[in-house]
Amino acid sequence: MADPKHFSEDAMVHADSLYAAALRMTRNRSDAEDLLQETYLKAFRAYDRFEEGTYLKAWLYRILTNTYINSYRAKKRRPEETDVEDVSELYLYRQINALDRTGMSKSAEDVALELLTDDQIKGALESLPENYRYAVLLADVEGFSYKEIAEITEVPIGTVMSRLSRGRAALQKSLARYVQEWALVKAEK
Amino acid sequence: MSEPKIPSTNPFDRSACEQTIHELYHFLDGELTEAKRKEIEFHLDHCGPCVDIVSFESDLRRVIADRCKEQVPQSLRDKIALLIDHELDASEPGA
Repeated sequence: MADPKHFSEDAMVHADSLYAAALRMTRNRSDAEDLLQETYLKAFRAYDRFEEGTYLKAWLYRILTNTYINSYRAKKRRPEETDVEDVSELYLYRQINALDRTGMSKSAEDVALELLTDDQIKGALESLPENYRYAVLLADVEGFSYKEIAEITEVPIGTVMSRLSRGRAALQKSLARYVQEWALVKAEK
Repeated sequence: MSEPKIPSTNPFDRSACEQTIHELYHFLDGELTEAKRKEIEFHLDHCGPCVDIVSFESDLRRVIADRCKEQVPQSLRDKIALLIDHELDASEPGA
């Protein structure tokens, strides 16, 4: 049985990560702040039920997920798409290589990754439909395993894998657009 | 116009390259069995084009993770600390 007095020192270490997730999901700073506070409050109140020795970060994300679904999903400010189109494998890699006319493919890849801005990457992630966005965030930003993601989001592992596969592909397509735009601008100069 | 650098069309290698690309994400996610992981690592020891792809996808993932990091503003940390203190005070015996 975890001791509530130790909650802050145990749980606040994950605040930056939970806040990042809150921002990506609510896409609104004020809502993200509220979501983070609500999550920590709920977590504190449930802390005596947390099994010490199990993964605290995943447990906190479970609470964030529930709080988001109950309080914020209903408040969506933009109409939400629910599906992503099919995108071929290695979309971004192929795009970069197709654009690169110098044959120096390795540095073209590095350049492409460098020129993508923080806002473009966050924006591309935030443009994914919610379920795909959350799966990609949990895997690629937070490093959770498929099993952990399945537990956090309460869907089967197969669904997690499908959302990851399609979400990542859709993300690559968004990022490829930025790379293409940059290449067009560069070609005009 | 340069061709996308996609791995070998050598019939001997093709299925290993295809397998590597197909399993690419499970490999990077660390979700393959030990046996499959070793197969792919072995292939990567022998295939430059596949190494290029794997290292790009790995770099991309690292970039996404780094660029999506955020810092909780101190004012928000303070608010949360206050909330928790109130909860702790309220639960003290004789409060």
